Amino acid sequence: MLLLLLLDRNTTKGNLSFRRSFQQLQDRLEPVVVGVIYICGWSAILFVIAIFVFVFKESLPAITGIGTEIAAGEIEVEQLDLVEFTTSPRWIPESSKKPAFGILALIVGTLSVTFFSILLAVPLGLGAAVYVSEFAGNKTREILKILIELLAAIPSVVWGFIGIVIMNPLITNLSGEAVGLNILNAGIVLALMSVPIIVSVSEDALRAVPDSFREAGLAMGANRWEMIYKVLFPAAKNGLLAAVLLGIGRGIGETMAVLMCTGHSVNMPTSLFDPVRTLTATIAAELGEAVRGDLHYHTLFLIGVVLFAFAFIINLTADLVVKGVRDQSNV
Amino acid sequence: MTTQTSHIEFQDVTISYGKEIALRDISLAIPEHTIFGIIGPANAGKTTLLKSINRTLEFEPNAKTVGKILVHGTDVSHIKNVYALRRRIGMVFPLPVGLPMSVYENVAYAPRRAGIHDRQELDELVKHCLKQSMLWDEVKDRLTLLGTKLSGGQQQRLTIARALSHKPEILCLDEFSIAIDPVTTMKIEDVLLELKKEMTIILVTNLVQQARRLADHTAFFNKSEMIEVGPTEKIFSNPEQQLTHDYVTGDFG
Repeated sequence: MLLLLLLDRNTTKGNLSFRRSFQQLQDRLEPVVVGVIYICGWSAILFVIAIFVFVFKESLPAITGIGTEIAAGEIEVEQLDLVEFTTSPRWIPESSKKPAFGILALIVGTLSVTFFSILLAVPLGLGAAVYVSEFAGNKTREILKILIELLAAIPSVVWGFIGIVIMNPLITNLSGEAVGLNILNAGIVLALMSVPIIVSVSEDALRAVPDSFREAGLAMGANRWEMIYKVLFPAAKNGLLAAVLLGIGRGIGETMAVLMCTGHSVNMPTSLFDPVRTLTATIAAELGEAVRGDLHYHTLFLIGVVLFAFAFIINLTADLVVKGVRDQSNV
Repeated sequence: MTTQTSHIEFQDVTISYGKEIALRDISLAIPEHTIFGIIGPANAGKTTLLKSINRTLEFEPNAKTVGKILVHGTDVSHIKNVYALRRRIGMVFPLPVGLPMSVYENVAYAPRRAGIHDRQELDELVKHCLKQSMLWDEVKDRLTLLGTKLSGGQQQRLTIARALSHKPEILCLDEFSIAIDPVTTMKIEDVLLELKKEMTIILVTNLVQQARRLADHTAFFNKSEMIEVGPTEKIFSNPEQQLTHDYVTGDFG
Protein backbone atom coordinates (compact mmCIF):
# COMPACT_ATOMS: atom_id res chain seq x y z
CA MET A 1 0.00 0.00 0.00
CA LEU A 2 2.78 2.39 0.96
CA LEU A 3 4.47 1.61 -2.32
CA LEU A 4 1.34 2.57 -4.21
CA LEU A 5 1.07 5.84 -2.34
CA LEU A 6 4.64 6.58 -3.27
CA LEU A 7 3.91 5.79 -6.88
CA ASP A 8 0.89 8.05 -6.74
CA ARG A 9 2.95 10.97 -5.57
CA ASN A 10 5.48 10.39 -8.30
CA THR A 11 2.86 10.37 -11.01
CA THR A 12 1.75 13.84 -10.10
CA LYS A 13 5.28 15.21 -10.25
CA GLY A 14 7.32 13.39 -12.85
CA ASN A 15 7.42 14.26 -16.50
CA LEU A 16 5.08 12.73 -19.02
CA SER A 17 6.99 9.58 -19.96
CA PHE A 18 7.84 8.92 -16.36
CA ARG A 19 4.23 9.28 -15.42
CA ARG A 20 3.14 6.94 -18.12
CA SER A 21 5.56 4.21 -17.11
CA PHE A 22 4.53 4.55 -13.46
CA GLN A 23 0.92 4.28 -14.44
CA GLN A 24 1.70 1.13 -16.37
CA LEU A 25 3.51 -0.27 -13.37
CA GLN A 26 0.54 0.55 -11.19
CA ASP A 27 -1.79 -1.16 -13.62
CA ARG A 28 0.39 -4.23 -13.63
CA LEU A 29 0.53 -4.28 -9.83
CA GLU A 30 -3.23 -4.19 -9.59
CA PRO A 31 -3.76 -7.99 -9.85
CA VAL A 32 -1.19 -8.50 -7.08
CA VAL A 33 -3.02 -6.15 -4.74
CA VAL A 34 -6.35 -7.71 -5.60
CA GLY A 35 -4.83 -11.14 -4.98
CA VAL A 36 -3.56 -10.14 -1.54
CA ILE A 37 -7.00 -8.79 -0.64
CA TYR A 38 -8.57 -12.06 -1.80
CA ILE A 39 -6.21 -14.04 0.40
CA CYS A 40 -7.04 -11.84 3.40
CA GLY A 41 -10.73 -12.43 2.85
CA TRP A 42 -10.51 -16.14 2.31
CA SER A 43 -8.07 -16.77 5.16
CA ALA A 44 -10.74 -15.76 7.66
CA ILE A 45 -13.07 -18.37 6.23
CA LEU A 46 -10.25 -20.88 6.13
CA PHE A 47 -9.50 -20.48 9.84
CA VAL A 48 -13.13 -20.92 10.78
CA ILE A 49 -13.37 -24.06 8.69
CA ALA A 50 -10.12 -25.41 10.13
CA ILE A 51 -11.31 -24.94 13.70
CA PHE A 52 -14.65 -26.46 12.77
CA VAL A 53 -13.02 -29.52 11.26
CA PHE A 54 -10.65 -29.96 14.20
CA VAL A 55 -13.34 -29.78 16.87
CA PHE A 56 -15.66 -32.07 14.92
CA LYS A 57 -12.90 -34.59 14.27
CA GLU A 58 -11.93 -34.69 17.93
CA SER A 59 -15.54 -35.12 19.03
CA LEU A 60 -16.42 -37.83 16.53
CA PRO A 61 -14.93 -40.86 18.42
CA ALA A 62 -17.29 -40.14 21.34
CA ILE A 63 -20.20 -40.93 19.03
CA THR A 64 -18.69 -43.70 16.91
CA GLY A 65 -17.06 -45.46 19.85
CA ILE A 66 -13.56 -45.81 21.25
CA GLY A 67 -11.96 -49.19 21.29
CA THR A 68 -9.54 -50.09 24.10
CA GLU A 69 -7.72 -53.36 24.28
CA ILE A 70 -8.30 -54.72 27.79
CA ALA A 71 -6.77 -58.11 27.18
CA ALA A 72 -5.15 -59.84 24.24
CA GLY A 73 -7.67 -59.98 21.45
CA GLU A 74 -10.40 -58.51 23.64
CA ILE A 75 -11.57 -55.02 22.76
CA GLU A 76 -13.96 -53.05 24.85
CA VAL A 77 -15.82 -50.35 23.01
CA GLU A 78 -16.79 -47.27 24.92
CA GLN A 79 -19.47 -45.16 23.33
CA LEU A 80 -21.41 -42.09 24.32
CA ASP A 81 -25.15 -42.50 24.76
CA LEU A 82 -26.46 -39.51 22.81
CA VAL A 83 -29.86 -39.61 24.50
CA GLU A 84 -28.18 -39.52 27.90
CA PHE A 85 -25.84 -36.81 26.66
CA THR A 86 -28.63 -34.43 25.68
CA THR A 87 -31.32 -35.23 28.25
CA SER A 88 -29.60 -36.23 31.46
CA PRO A 89 -28.63 -33.64 34.03
CA ARG A 90 -26.01 -35.99 35.49
CA TRP A 91 -22.42 -35.07 34.64
CA ILE A 92 -20.02 -37.41 36.48
CA PRO A 93 -17.24 -38.09 33.97
CA GLU A 94 -14.57 -39.22 36.41
CA SER A 95 -16.63 -41.80 38.24
CA SER A 96 -14.78 -45.11 38.19
CA LYS A 97 -17.91 -47.19 38.69
CA LYS A 98 -20.42 -45.60 36.37
CA PRO A 99 -19.48 -42.36 34.67
CA ALA A 100 -22.37 -40.20 33.41
CA PHE A 101 -22.14 -37.74 30.57
CA GLY A 102 -25.34 -35.71 30.63
CA ILE A 103 -24.97 -32.04 29.74
CA LEU A 104 -28.56 -30.84 30.25
CA ALA A 105 -27.63 -29.16 33.54
CA LEU A 106 -24.65 -27.50 31.85
CA ILE A 107 -26.82 -26.17 29.02
CA VAL A 108 -29.41 -24.87 31.46
CA GLY A 109 -26.58 -23.33 33.49
CA THR A 110 -25.15 -21.53 30.48
CA LEU A 111 -28.55 -20.33 29.29
CA SER A 112 -29.76 -19.16 32.68
CA VAL A 113 -26.62 -17.17 33.41
CA THR A 114 -26.58 -15.68 29.91
CA PHE A 115 -30.29 -14.86 29.95
CA PHE A 116 -30.10 -13.18 33.31
CA SER A 117 -27.03 -11.17 32.34
CA ILE A 118 -28.65 -10.01 29.09
CA LEU A 119 -31.74 -8.99 31.01
CA LEU A 120 -29.52 -6.63 33.00
CA ALA A 121 -27.03 -5.63 30.32
CA VAL A 122 -29.34 -4.65 27.44
CA PRO A 123 -31.33 -1.90 29.18
CA LEU A 124 -28.21 -0.67 30.94
CA GLY A 125 -26.10 -0.74 27.78
CA LEU A 126 -28.69 0.83 25.48
CA GLY A 127 -29.48 3.48 28.05
CA ALA A 128 -25.81 4.32 28.42
CA ALA A 129 -25.39 4.43 24.63
CA VAL A 130 -28.33 6.82 24.25
CA TYR A 131 -26.93 9.01 27.00
CA VAL A 132 -23.42 9.07 25.56
CA SER A 133 -24.51 9.70 21.99
CA GLU A 134 -27.52 11.99 22.48
CA PHE A 135 -27.38 13.76 25.81
CA ALA A 136 -23.80 13.99 27.02
CA GLY A 137 -21.80 17.09 26.17
CA ASN A 138 -18.71 16.76 24.02
CA LYS A 139 -16.28 16.55 26.91
CA THR A 140 -18.38 14.15 28.96
CA ARG A 141 -18.81 11.96 25.90
CA GLU A 142 -15.08 11.67 25.29
CA ILE A 143 -14.36 10.87 28.92
CA LEU A 144 -17.18 8.33 29.11
CA LYS A 145 -16.08 6.61 25.92
CA ILE A 146 -12.54 6.22 27.21
CA LEU A 147 -13.78 4.86 30.53
CA ILE A 148 -16.15 2.43 28.83
CA GLU A 149 -13.38 1.15 26.62
CA LEU A 150 -11.23 0.76 29.71
CA LEU A 151 -14.02 -1.31 31.24
CA ALA A 152 -13.91 -3.58 28.20
CA ALA A 153 -10.18 -4.10 28.68
CA ILE A 154 -10.46 -5.55 32.19
CA PRO A 155 -9.39 -9.22 31.99
CA SER A 156 -12.13 -11.71 32.75
CA VAL A 157 -10.17 -13.26 35.61
CA VAL A 158 -10.30 -9.90 37.37
CA TRP A 159 -14.06 -9.89 36.95
CA GLY A 160 -14.15 -13.38 38.44
CA PHE A 161 -12.06 -12.12 41.33
CA ILE A 162 -14.53 -9.28 41.91
CA GLY A 163 -17.34 -11.82 41.83
CA ILE A 164 -15.73 -13.97 44.48
CA VAL A 165 -14.29 -11.33 46.76
CA ILE A 166 -16.88 -8.53 46.54
CA MET A 167 -20.15 -9.88 45.16
CA ASN A 168 -20.03 -13.15 47.05
CA PRO A 169 -20.11 -11.69 50.60
CA LEU A 170 -22.51 -8.99 49.43
CA ILE A 171 -24.98 -11.58 48.23
CA THR A 172 -24.64 -13.79 51.29
CA ASN A 173 -25.16 -10.79 53.58
CA LEU A 174 -28.17 -9.45 51.71
CA SER A 175 -29.93 -12.71 50.96
CA GLY A 176 -28.92 -14.91 53.83
CA GLU A 177 -27.86 -17.70 51.50
CA ALA A 178 -24.92 -19.77 52.64
CA VAL A 179 -22.89 -19.23 49.48
CA GLY A 180 -23.02 -16.25 47.16
CA LEU A 181 -21.59 -17.94 44.08
CA ASN A 182 -24.64 -18.51 41.91
CA ILE A 183 -26.63 -17.42 38.84
CA LEU A 184 -27.21 -13.98 40.36
CA ASN A 185 -23.52 -13.39 40.98
CA ALA A 186 -22.35 -14.66 37.60
CA GLY A 187 -25.21 -12.89 35.82
CA ILE A 188 -24.33 -9.52 37.30
CA VAL A 189 -20.62 -9.96 36.61
CA LEU A 190 -21.33 -11.10 33.06
CA ALA A 191 -23.71 -8.16 32.55
CA LEU A 192 -21.01 -5.74 33.61
CA MET A 193 -18.63 -7.45 31.21
CA SER A 194 -20.97 -7.22 28.23
CA VAL A 195 -22.16 -3.66 28.88
CA PRO A 196 -19.03 -2.05 27.37
CA ILE A 197 -19.49 -4.00 24.12
CA ILE A 198 -23.18 -3.19 23.93
CA VAL A 199 -22.51 0.46 24.68
CA SER A 200 -19.73 0.98 22.18
CA VAL A 201 -21.39 -0.90 19.31
CA SER A 202 -24.80 0.67 19.81
CA GLU A 203 -23.30 4.10 20.39
CA ASP A 204 -21.56 3.78 17.02
CA ALA A 205 -24.86 2.75 15.46
CA LEU A 206 -26.67 5.75 16.94
CA ARG A 207 -23.90 8.14 15.94
CA ALA A 208 -24.10 6.82 12.39
CA VAL A 209 -27.66 8.11 12.05
CA PRO A 210 -27.31 11.40 10.17
CA ASP A 211 -28.11 14.56 12.11
CA SER A 212 -30.69 15.44 9.49
CA PHE A 213 -32.84 12.64 10.92
CA ARG A 214 -32.66 14.19 14.37
CA GLU A 215 -33.44 17.64 13.05
CA ALA A 216 -36.32 16.33 10.95
CA GLY A 217 -37.74 14.43 13.90
CA LEU A 218 -37.52 17.43 16.18
CA ALA A 219 -38.77 19.83 13.52
CA MET A 220 -41.80 17.57 13.30
CA GLY A 221 -42.56 18.52 16.88
CA ALA A 222 -41.45 15.30 18.53
CA ASN A 223 -39.76 15.75 21.86
CA ARG A 224 -36.35 14.38 22.64
CA TRP A 225 -37.42 10.93 23.80
CA GLU A 226 -40.00 10.47 21.04
CA MET A 227 -37.37 11.37 18.49
CA ILE A 228 -34.97 8.80 19.93
CA TYR A 229 -37.65 6.14 20.16
CA LYS A 230 -39.45 6.76 16.87
CA VAL A 231 -36.57 7.90 14.66
CA LEU A 232 -33.17 6.93 16.01
CA PHE A 233 -33.97 3.40 17.20
CA PRO A 234 -35.57 2.31 13.89
CA ALA A 235 -32.81 3.97 11.91
CA ALA A 236 -30.06 2.31 13.94
CA LYS A 237 -32.00 -0.95 14.32
CA ASN A 238 -29.45 -3.26 12.72
CA GLY A 239 -26.54 -1.88 14.69
CA LEU A 240 -28.46 -2.08 17.94
CA LEU A 241 -29.42 -5.67 17.25
CA ALA A 242 -25.81 -6.49 16.48
CA ALA A 243 -24.83 -4.94 19.80
CA VAL A 244 -27.29 -7.07 21.74
CA LEU A 245 -26.21 -10.23 19.93
CA LEU A 246 -22.56 -9.51 20.56
CA GLY A 247 -23.52 -9.20 24.21
CA ILE A 248 -25.26 -12.58 24.12
CA GLY A 249 -22.28 -14.08 22.32
CA ARG A 250 -20.00 -12.76 25.00
CA GLY A 251 -22.25 -14.28 27.65
CA ILE A 252 -22.30 -17.72 26.10
CA GLY A 253 -18.61 -17.75 25.27
CA GLU A 254 -17.28 -16.28 28.51
CA THR A 255 -15.36 -18.87 30.53
CA MET A 256 -13.13 -17.69 33.31
CA ALA A 257 -15.47 -15.27 35.06
CA VAL A 258 -18.39 -17.71 35.06
CA LEU A 259 -16.13 -20.53 36.17
CA MET A 260 -15.28 -18.45 39.23
CA CYS A 261 -18.67 -16.90 39.94
CA THR A 262 -21.26 -19.60 39.26
CA GLY A 263 -20.13 -21.90 41.99
CA HIS A 264 -19.23 -24.46 39.34
CA SER A 265 -21.47 -27.21 40.56
CA VAL A 266 -23.59 -29.40 38.32
CA ASN A 267 -27.12 -28.51 39.23
CA MET A 268 -30.52 -27.91 37.66
CA PRO A 269 -31.26 -24.43 39.03
CA THR A 270 -34.65 -23.50 40.42
CA SER A 271 -33.84 -20.01 41.64
CA LEU A 272 -31.36 -17.20 41.05
CA PHE A 273 -29.52 -18.23 44.20
CA ASP A 274 -28.69 -21.70 42.90
CA PRO A 275 -25.14 -22.43 41.85
CA VAL A 276 -24.73 -23.80 38.33
CA ARG A 277 -22.04 -24.92 35.93
CA THR A 278 -21.67 -23.78 32.34
CA LEU A 279 -20.54 -25.55 29.18
CA THR A 280 -17.46 -23.37 28.74
CA ALA A 281 -16.31 -23.66 32.32
CA THR A 282 -16.62 -27.44 32.15
CA ILE A 283 -14.32 -27.62 29.14
CA ALA A 284 -11.82 -25.22 30.70
CA ALA A 285 -11.74 -27.03 34.02
CA GLU A 286 -11.63 -30.60 32.76
CA LEU A 287 -9.81 -30.73 29.45
CA GLY A 288 -6.41 -30.52 31.11
CA GLU A 289 -7.26 -33.40 33.43
CA ALA A 290 -8.96 -35.70 30.95
CA VAL A 291 -6.91 -38.57 29.58
CA ARG A 292 -6.16 -37.79 25.99
CA GLY A 293 -8.14 -40.10 23.76
CA ASP A 294 -10.65 -41.46 26.26
CA LEU A 295 -14.39 -40.94 26.24
CA HIS A 296 -14.27 -37.99 28.63
CA TYR A 297 -11.78 -36.18 26.40
CA HIS A 298 -13.82 -36.63 23.24
CA THR A 299 -17.06 -35.75 25.00
CA LEU A 300 -15.57 -32.41 26.05
CA PHE A 301 -15.00 -31.73 22.35
CA LEU A 302 -18.60 -32.64 21.68
CA ILE A 303 -19.54 -29.93 24.18
CA GLY A 304 -17.47 -27.62 21.99
CA VAL A 305 -19.64 -28.64 19.05
CA VAL A 306 -22.72 -27.79 21.11
CA LEU A 307 -21.25 -24.34 21.75
CA PHE A 308 -20.68 -23.99 18.03
CA ALA A 309 -24.31 -24.84 17.47
CA PHE A 310 -25.37 -22.14 19.91
CA ALA A 311 -23.25 -19.55 18.13
CA PHE A 312 -24.68 -20.65 14.81
CA ILE A 313 -28.27 -20.43 16.05
CA ILE A 314 -27.70 -16.94 17.46
CA ASN A 315 -26.21 -15.68 14.22
CA LEU A 316 -28.93 -17.28 12.14
CA THR A 317 -31.64 -15.80 14.35
CA ALA A 318 -30.01 -12.41 14.03
CA ASP A 319 -29.99 -12.68 10.24
CA LEU A 320 -33.59 -13.80 10.13
CA VAL A 321 -34.74 -11.12 12.55
CA VAL A 322 -32.99 -8.38 10.61
CA LYS A 323 -34.37 -9.70 7.36
CA GLY A 324 -37.83 -10.13 8.85
CA VAL A 325 -37.91 -6.55 10.02
CA ARG A 326 -36.79 -5.46 6.60
CA ASP A 327 -39.40 -7.49 4.73
CA GLN A 328 -42.21 -6.41 6.97
CA SER A 329 -41.64 -2.78 6.12
CA ASN A 330 -41.53 -3.62 2.45
CA VAL A 331 -45.07 -4.97 2.01
CA MET B 1 -42.64 47.30 4.49
CA THR B 2 -46.40 47.17 4.13
CA THR B 3 -49.38 47.65 6.33
CA GLN B 4 -49.59 43.90 6.85
CA THR B 5 -48.64 42.75 10.31
CA SER B 6 -45.26 41.11 10.42
CA HIS B 7 -45.27 37.45 11.32
CA ILE B 8 -41.62 36.96 12.03
CA GLU B 9 -39.23 39.66 13.06
CA PHE B 10 -35.47 39.66 13.47
CA GLN B 11 -34.14 42.45 15.64
CA ASP B 12 -30.38 42.99 15.52
CA VAL B 13 -29.72 39.29 15.46
CA THR B 14 -26.14 38.06 15.46
CA ILE B 15 -25.45 34.34 15.49
CA SER B 16 -22.03 32.81 15.91
CA TYR B 17 -20.55 29.33 16.04
CA GLY B 18 -17.71 29.71 18.47
CA LYS B 19 -15.56 32.47 17.04
CA GLU B 20 -17.03 32.25 13.59
CA ILE B 21 -19.89 34.63 12.94
CA ALA B 22 -22.65 33.09 10.84
CA LEU B 23 -25.06 36.01 10.76
CA ARG B 24 -24.19 39.59 11.57
CA ASP B 25 -26.68 42.13 12.83
CA ILE B 26 -29.74 41.02 10.92
CA SER B 27 -32.94 43.02 11.19
CA LEU B 28 -35.89 42.12 9.03
CA ALA B 29 -39.61 41.65 9.20
CA ILE B 30 -41.54 39.00 7.34
CA PRO B 31 -45.20 39.87 6.75
CA GLU B 32 -47.97 37.35 7.25
CA HIS B 33 -49.24 35.32 4.30
CA THR B 34 -46.39 36.14 2.00
CA ILE B 35 -43.56 34.21 0.47
CA PHE B 36 -40.27 35.60 1.64
CA GLY B 37 -37.36 34.68 -0.58
CA ILE B 38 -33.80 34.46 0.70
CA ILE B 39 -31.06 34.25 -1.88
CA GLY B 40 -27.30 34.32 -1.65
CA PRO B 41 -24.21 32.22 -2.21
CA ALA B 42 -23.11 29.33 -0.04
CA ASN B 43 -22.06 30.08 3.51
CA ALA B 44 -24.11 33.25 3.64
CA GLY B 45 -25.98 32.15 6.77
CA LYS B 46 -29.29 31.33 5.11
CA THR B 47 -29.78 27.94 6.76
CA THR B 48 -28.68 29.31 10.12
CA LEU B 49 -31.41 31.91 9.82
CA LEU B 50 -34.06 29.23 9.35
CA LYS B 51 -32.76 27.07 12.17
CA SER B 52 -32.81 30.01 14.54
CA ILE B 53 -36.56 30.44 14.10
CA ASN B 54 -37.57 26.98 15.31
CA ARG B 55 -34.57 26.79 17.62
CA THR B 56 -33.12 23.64 16.13
CA LEU B 57 -29.96 25.73 16.15
CA GLU B 58 -29.66 24.80 19.81
CA PHE B 59 -28.34 21.42 18.76
CA GLU B 60 -25.18 22.99 17.43
CA PRO B 61 -23.11 22.73 20.58
CA ASN B 62 -21.46 26.15 20.34
CA ALA B 63 -24.05 28.25 18.56
CA LYS B 64 -24.78 31.57 20.23
CA THR B 65 -27.60 33.96 19.41
CA VAL B 66 -27.66 37.65 20.32
CA GLY B 67 -30.69 39.81 19.60
CA LYS B 68 -34.38 39.05 19.36
CA ILE B 69 -36.31 36.75 17.09
CA LEU B 70 -40.04 37.36 17.35
CA VAL B 71 -42.84 35.15 16.08
CA HIS B 72 -46.14 36.99 16.37
CA GLY B 73 -44.44 39.37 18.75
CA THR B 74 -43.19 36.65 21.10
CA ASP B 75 -39.47 36.23 21.59
CA VAL B 76 -38.78 32.60 20.64
CA SER B 77 -36.00 32.29 23.19
CA HIS B 78 -38.59 32.92 25.92
CA ILE B 79 -40.90 30.17 24.75
CA LYS B 80 -40.85 27.42 27.36
CA ASN B 81 -42.28 24.58 25.33
CA VAL B 82 -39.89 24.51 22.42
CA TYR B 83 -41.62 21.43 20.99
CA ALA B 84 -44.89 23.35 20.67
CA LEU B 85 -43.02 26.11 18.85
CA ARG B 86 -41.53 23.61 16.43
CA ARG B 87 -44.94 22.19 15.72
CA ARG B 88 -46.02 25.63 14.51
CA ILE B 89 -43.18 25.74 12.00
CA GLY B 90 -42.76 23.35 9.10
CA MET B 91 -39.18 22.71 8.04
CA VAL B 92 -37.86 21.26 4.81
CA PHE B 93 -34.13 20.71 4.57
CA PRO B 94 -32.07 20.62 1.38
CA LEU B 95 -31.31 16.91 1.62
CA PRO B 96 -34.28 14.57 1.64
CA VAL B 97 -34.98 12.86 4.94
CA GLY B 98 -37.42 9.98 4.76
CA LEU B 99 -37.71 8.94 8.37
CA PRO B 100 -37.44 5.19 9.05
CA MET B 101 -41.17 4.62 9.35
CA SER B 102 -43.82 3.97 6.72
CA VAL B 103 -44.73 6.64 4.19
CA TYR B 104 -48.11 6.94 5.86
CA GLU B 105 -46.59 7.20 9.30
CA ASN B 106 -44.11 9.85 8.13
CA VAL B 107 -47.03 12.13 7.38
CA ALA B 108 -49.46 10.94 10.04
CA TYR B 109 -47.04 11.21 12.93
CA ALA B 110 -47.42 14.88 13.72
CA PRO B 111 -51.21 15.04 13.40
CA ARG B 112 -51.61 11.93 15.50
CA ARG B 113 -49.42 13.48 18.11
CA ALA B 114 -51.60 16.58 17.97
CA GLY B 115 -54.52 14.40 19.00
CA ILE B 116 -56.10 13.30 15.73
CA HIS B 117 -56.78 9.59 16.08
CA ASP B 118 -59.79 9.10 13.84
CA ARG B 119 -58.56 6.77 11.12
CA GLN B 120 -60.64 8.36 8.37
CA GLU B 121 -59.59 11.86 9.29
CA LEU B 122 -55.95 10.80 9.33
CA ASP B 123 -56.31 9.07 5.95
CA GLU B 124 -57.80 12.22 4.47
CA LEU B 125 -55.08 14.38 5.93
CA VAL B 126 -52.27 12.13 4.72
CA LYS B 127 -53.79 12.06 1.25
CA HIS B 128 -54.21 15.83 1.24
CA CYS B 129 -50.61 16.52 2.29
CA LEU B 130 -49.18 13.99 -0.15
CA LYS B 131 -51.25 15.55 -2.92
CA GLN B 132 -49.99 19.00 -2.04
CA SER B 133 -46.41 17.79 -2.29
CA MET B 134 -47.17 16.06 -5.62
CA LEU B 135 -46.28 12.64 -4.26
CA TRP B 136 -49.70 11.03 -3.86
CA ASP B 137 -49.94 9.48 -7.32
CA GLU B 138 -46.59 7.77 -6.93
CA VAL B 139 -47.10 6.29 -3.47
CA LYS B 140 -50.84 5.84 -3.06
CA ASP B 141 -50.54 2.06 -3.56
CA ARG B 142 -47.62 1.60 -1.21
CA LEU B 143 -48.22 3.76 1.81
CA THR B 144 -46.75 1.07 4.07
CA LEU B 145 -43.38 1.22 2.36
CA LEU B 146 -40.55 2.41 4.55
CA GLY B 147 -39.97 6.14 3.97
CA THR B 148 -36.25 5.55 3.50
CA LYS B 149 -36.93 3.25 0.53
CA LEU B 150 -38.28 6.00 -1.70
CA SER B 151 -36.06 7.65 -4.29
CA GLY B 152 -34.29 10.87 -3.37
CA GLY B 153 -36.79 13.12 -5.10
CA GLN B 154 -39.72 11.23 -3.64
CA GLN B 155 -38.24 11.44 -0.17
CA GLN B 156 -37.90 15.18 -0.59
CA ARG B 157 -41.56 15.50 -1.46
CA LEU B 158 -42.35 13.26 1.49
CA THR B 159 -40.42 15.72 3.63
CA ILE B 160 -42.58 18.53 2.29
CA ALA B 161 -45.75 16.54 2.97
CA ARG B 162 -44.51 15.92 6.49
CA ALA B 163 -43.82 19.58 7.03
CA LEU B 164 -47.37 20.40 5.92
CA SER B 165 -48.96 17.65 8.01
CA HIS B 166 -49.13 19.62 11.24
CA LYS B 167 -50.69 22.61 9.48
CA PRO B 168 -47.87 24.96 10.35
CA GLU B 169 -48.30 28.71 10.39
CA ILE B 170 -44.80 29.12 9.03
CA LEU B 171 -43.23 26.93 6.35
CA CYS B 172 -39.47 27.11 5.94
CA LEU B 173 -38.12 25.66 2.73
CA ASP B 174 -34.37 25.30 2.53
CA GLU B 175 -33.46 24.75 -1.11
CA PHE B 176 -36.30 22.28 -1.37
CA SER B 177 -35.96 21.67 -5.10
CA ILE B 178 -32.37 20.40 -5.22
CA ALA B 179 -33.41 16.75 -5.48
CA ILE B 180 -36.62 17.25 -7.47
CA ASP B 181 -36.99 17.32 -11.23
CA PRO B 182 -37.95 20.64 -12.87
CA VAL B 183 -41.48 19.64 -13.87
CA THR B 184 -42.43 18.52 -10.37
CA THR B 185 -40.71 21.59 -8.97
CA MET B 186 -42.95 23.83 -11.06
CA LYS B 187 -46.01 21.96 -9.82
CA ILE B 188 -44.91 22.35 -6.20
CA GLU B 189 -44.27 26.03 -6.82
CA ASP B 190 -47.90 26.40 -7.87
CA VAL B 191 -48.95 24.68 -4.66
CA LEU B 192 -46.80 27.09 -2.66
CA LEU B 193 -48.58 30.06 -4.20
CA GLU B 194 -51.84 28.47 -3.04
CA LEU B 195 -50.48 27.72 0.43
CA LYS B 196 -49.60 31.35 0.92
CA LYS B 197 -53.22 31.97 1.88
CA GLU B 198 -52.84 29.66 4.85
CA MET B 199 -49.31 30.30 6.03
CA THR B 200 -46.19 32.38 5.79
CA ILE B 201 -43.50 30.82 3.68
CA ILE B 202 -39.78 31.43 3.91
CA LEU B 203 -38.05 30.20 0.80
CA VAL B 204 -34.29 29.83 0.85
CA THR B 205 -33.14 29.09 -2.65
CA ASN B 206 -30.11 28.88 -4.83
CA LEU B 207 -32.22 29.33 -7.90
CA VAL B 208 -32.47 33.07 -8.23
CA GLN B 209 -35.29 32.77 -10.72
CA GLN B 210 -37.30 30.67 -8.31
CA ALA B 211 -37.27 33.50 -5.80
CA ARG B 212 -38.29 35.87 -8.57
CA ARG B 213 -41.21 33.66 -9.57
CA LEU B 214 -42.54 33.05 -6.09
CA ALA B 215 -41.41 35.57 -3.53
CA ASP B 216 -43.25 38.73 -2.55
CA HIS B 217 -40.18 40.02 -0.79
CA THR B 218 -36.62 38.95 -1.27
CA ALA B 219 -33.53 39.36 0.87
CA PHE B 220 -30.03 38.96 -0.46
CA PHE B 221 -27.46 37.54 1.92
CA ASN B 222 -23.74 37.43 1.43
CA LYS B 223 -20.93 36.49 3.83
CA SER B 224 -23.09 36.50 6.98
CA GLU B 225 -24.65 39.85 6.21
CA MET B 226 -27.92 40.90 4.74
CA ILE B 227 -26.99 43.09 1.82
CA GLU B 228 -30.43 44.15 0.76
CA VAL B 229 -34.09 43.41 1.36
CA GLY B 230 -37.15 44.64 -0.46
CA PRO B 231 -40.03 43.80 -2.74
CA THR B 232 -38.93 41.11 -5.13
CA GLU B 233 -39.46 43.16 -8.25
CA LYS B 234 -37.25 45.90 -6.91
CA ILE B 235 -34.48 43.52 -5.90
CA PHE B 236 -34.44 42.02 -9.35
CA SER B 237 -34.98 45.03 -11.55
CA ASN B 238 -33.66 47.94 -9.60
CA PRO B 239 -31.54 46.93 -6.63
CA GLU B 240 -29.82 49.56 -4.54
CA GLN B 241 -26.58 47.66 -4.04
CA GLN B 242 -24.18 46.82 -6.82
CA LEU B 243 -23.52 43.42 -5.21
CA THR B 244 -27.21 42.50 -5.36
CA HIS B 245 -27.36 43.54 -8.97
CA ASP B 246 -24.34 41.41 -9.78
CA TYR B 247 -25.79 38.39 -8.02
CA VAL B 248 -29.25 38.46 -9.53
CA THR B 249 -27.89 39.01 -12.99
CA GLY B 250 -25.43 36.17 -12.58
CA ASP B 251 -22.40 38.42 -12.77
CA PHE B 252 -21.09 37.47 -9.36
CA GLY B 253 -17.79 36.33 -7.99
